Amino acid sequence: MEFLLALVTGLLYAAGLYMMLRRSLVKLIIGLILIGNGANMLIFLLGRITKGLPPIIPEESKVFLEPYADPVPQALILTAIVISFGLQSFAIVLIKRAYKVVKTDDLDQMNSTDEYS
Amino acid sequence: MLIAILSGFLFAFILVFAGNDLKNKYAIVSAIVPFGLFVYFLQFTNRIAAGEVIKKTYQWIPSLNVNLGFTLDGISLIFALMITGIGFLVFVYTAAYLKGHHYLDRFYGYLAIFMAAMLGLVLSDNILSLFIFWELTSISSFFLIGFNNKEKSSRQSAVLALAITGIGGLLLLAGMLILGNVTGTYSIAEMLSSQSIISDSPHYIIIVLLLFGAAFTKSAQFPFHFWLPGAMKAPTPVSTYLHSATMVKAGIYLLMRFTPILGSTELWNTTLIIVGAVTMLYAAIHTIFRTDLKGILAYSTISALGILVFLIGLGTKDALLAACAFILVHAFYKACLFLVTGIIDHETGTRDTTVLSGLRKVMLPVAIAGILAAVSNAGIPPSFGFLGKDLIYESTLHMGDMAIVLTALAVLTNILLLYAGFVAGVKPFTGKLPSQFEKVHLPSYLMWAPPLILAVGGIVIGLFPGIVEGALIKPAVTALGANSGDIHLKLWHGFNTVLALSATTIGVGLLVYFVLKPSEKLVQLAQKFEIISPQHIVESLAYGFAYFSSYWSKIVQNGYLRNYIATIIIFLIIVVGYTLFNHTTFEIDYNSFAKLTVYEILTLVLMIVGILFTVFTKSRLAAVASMGVVGLAISLIFVYYSAPDLAMTQFSIDTLTVILFVLVLYKLPKYLNISNTANRIKDGVISIAFGSLIMVLALEVLSQPQNTETSSFYAENAYILAKGKNVVNVILVDFRGIDTFMEISVLTIAAIGVFSLLKLRLAKKFRDK
Amino acid sequence: MKTIILKTASKYLLPLLLLFSVFILLRGHYLPGGGFVGGLIASIAFVVYAFANGLEQTKDLLRIHPGYLMPVGLLIAFVAGISPMFLSALPFMTGEWFAEPLAVIGMVGSALFFDIGVFIVVVGVSLTIIFTITESA
Repeated sequence: MEFLLALVTGLLYAAGLYMMLRRSLVKLIIGLILIGNGANMLIFLLGRITKGLPPIIPEESKVFLEPYADPVPQALILTAIVISFGLQSFAIVLIKRAYKVVKTDDLDQMNSTDEYS
Repeated sequence: MLIAILSGFLFAFILVFAGNDLKNKYAIVSAIVPFGLFVYFLQFTNRIAAGEVIKKTYQWIPSLNVNLGFTLDGISLIFALMITGIGFLVFVYTAAYLKGHHYLDRFYGYLAIFMAAMLGLVLSDNILSLFIFWELTSISSFFLIGFNNKEKSSRQSAVLALAITGIGGLLLLAGMLILGNVTGTYSIAEMLSSQSIISDSPHYIIIVLLLFGAAFTKSAQFPFHFWLPGAMKAPTPVSTYLHSATMVKAGIYLLMRFTPILGSTELWNTTLIIVGAVTMLYAAIHTIFRTDLKGILAYSTISALGILVFLIGLGTKDALLAACAFILVHAFYKACLFLVTGIIDHETGTRDTTVLSGLRKVMLPVAIAGILAAVSNAGIPPSFGFLGKDLIYESTLHMGDMAIVLTALAVLTNILLLYAGFVAGVKPFTGKLPSQFEKVHLPSYLMWAPPLILAVGGIVIGLFPGIVEGALIKPAVTALGANSGDIHLKLWHGFNTVLALSATTIGVGLLVYFVLKPSEKLVQLAQKFEIISPQHIVESLAYGFAYFSSYWSKIVQNGYLRNYIATIIIFLIIVVGYTLFNHTTFEIDYNSFAKLTVYEILTLVLMIVGILFTVFTKSRLAAVASMGVVGLAISLIFVYYSAPDLAMTQFSIDTLTVILFVLVLYKLPKYLNISNTANRIKDGVISIAFGSLIMVLALEVLSQPQNTETSSFYAENAYILAKGKNVVNVILVDFRGIDTFMEISVLTIAAIGVFSLLKLRLAKKFRDK
Repeated sequence: MKTIILKTASKYLLPLLLLFSVFILLRGHYLPGGGFVGGLIASIAFVVYAFANGLEQTKDLLRIHPGYLMPVGLLIAFVAGISPMFLSALPFMTGEWFAEPLAVIGMVGSALFFDIGVFIVVVGVSLTIIFTITESA
């Protein structure tokens, strides 16, 4: 299963990068989200996956009695998911504004301020 | 003493608030600061003359054993008195010179900071604080030189000065660090006892060279001299202060300070003699080819600095004595000449020597000051300059085999300097008064009194050298490590070689002055050689560098986002891929992996289809929807593998993201079909390579043993320390609570960003800009 | 999307979902859940209501602009963080607990208040973003 998960993670990264390399702004954001998902999967996978043993201490006990899934990557990913929502919404709104001002979502026509003059 | 040094900074700080009141009527009040400091340092003269060395140490970074130490000995005292004394006169002069200037308060602020930095520099015992003050002088002088910041040439000169002295500062830091490493101390006083350790050290040469680099850039030695003439773009008070007594003398101070520690070696002496000799002659010759008064003074200053370096290089007792005396002599007459030039410029509006003449008829006190300063500069008895020049010849004559050559160089330089001094100090006042200057009038006494004081002082000290001998010169020579017991300064030595040389200098110098008139032709002649001057070479280098960087930026910063991304990713693939390929064995133990179930396979298939559909669909809405599917599949995977919290969060966020996209999407344009097939294939290859890299990387990490120390700490203590059973939540709100706090702050910022991007509009008055 | 079915459903869904989100928030310390998820569920509740009944009506229901929730939440979280410093001179963000557990919720302590702060911030942030975008769309 780990092998397949690694494959899917790689696929998420590849798809995200491909979308980011497009010229359309909307695709850029979709690529961003895909790569974000890929990163979450990667952290999750590298924290070792464990089936059916959530990191929750059983009732009537103070410590774990049996093995448990690693809680640290989970905590990391949880914050990452929420933060990426903030990032995505900001990026989306930025696109919207940019589109209003420049009247194009072709990235190549937005580079005039970036050029060395 | 700390307060004395900091008072300049303090004053500058006060000016920030009180500047407006000060700059109108009470500008003269600010001169109290340097005057008070002058008096403060003056009271030490008796103690210093008695051979005492005053030390104050303040704790700075005790853990690193770095202290803020200040030492006041003979050399420091000379410099401190020059800095504050001439500082006082310059402050007074400025009050009239820049009267009513809009930024007068700023000017005083810079000046005060500069003064404080100079004081700190000459009083520091710790070489690190010495470096800090050194840099502060560079920075504050940058502001002073570029004070007329509306003129391009002014800004250029300021940048040039900062660049050159800044490079020197870095060299100084490097040298000081190596020196501190070799001796194990950062205190100059403690280094004095470890002279042999330093000169035997294999790093000796590099230390000395770095130190030379610092001193030569600061003190405008050939080939780094060119920033100094450019710095003449500054208002005259600045030129006076920087070039007669302070900034450029800092390098001289550094050399003097380290003479007892690093000096008396072949490398030290020879280098200094050669550089000093070249500088003094080169700059002295340059004075002939200038018609701008300040230009002449600039080159004669460089030449005088060359003489000082030259004397330090000779290194004998006589030479060091001559150096100490000459510093004072030079400070007196050069400051005076600069101030006189400033007055002429201020009143007549020109500094061209070919035009100026006969001004004595309209500004007699200024004329007296100028002529007296020129006399001292020329070394005509009974001025202080005569004494100084005598001492120089005295020391060159005792150099054994090289005596004749060295003396000849010194005489030649002095002849040319005499010429320069006369052009600056005498010529504008003698001869016929041209009609256009008849209405010129004498400025306020605030302006002509300071140069007059300096000029008269130069003569008085010449007549009674005892004033400075015991109090300043002797302790300074002692501090330089020479025996000062039998020093006796006097005007009249009897008829000997030195007197003959002096007479020759004066005679020939006057002859040159009367024969050679400054003219445009000479200036143009000098222009022809501009192409091989160090300034030209450095400027071309700088230009070439700028050109190269802009060319390079055009390649790297090409303005195409996807090129940036592609560059970064390709680089990453190459670097990581290379390492992976060389250093890992691809052994995957499939048995250790979890077994597959039907649900999982279905979920993964769903996900793969979703991803591919997102990439290849032509419809935006379909892409967003399939992206949602991918998110849901991920949350299913979280469910399978023991992460219920993640699954819930992913699910809710996925919902919100899709909603968000749908809300915005209708306002966005349709997908553009603008990439050609070649590009697509190229990007596809990069993407697949990148994805494979990540996959291999993940598998490789999975085959390594896992470190669970952190996780088990959290898991074991979740209930015991934090009374919670859901470990993920306990980590979020308790163990790593501050991180979570930062995270919600970031979320808030993102929300405010969204709100302000969409809701806020510029107020009407800004809208058009 | 103003259908009768959704409208009617949303009337009942809103309180139910809100109740559920608070439930998720409170049990977070012992079972899956917590401030982040709870906050997201609460915002989804309001978004669903807004879809069914329009933005204006949702805003009236909320009475205040959701943006104001962000500083409030941050303040609660911060106070929960610094309270140990004042109460028992412990470092920032040390857990402090009441001696006896409360019915249903379990142990009540500074961590719970911190989580409540997170909940409020998340609601404020997501609603601000969604409402702002809806209005100017």
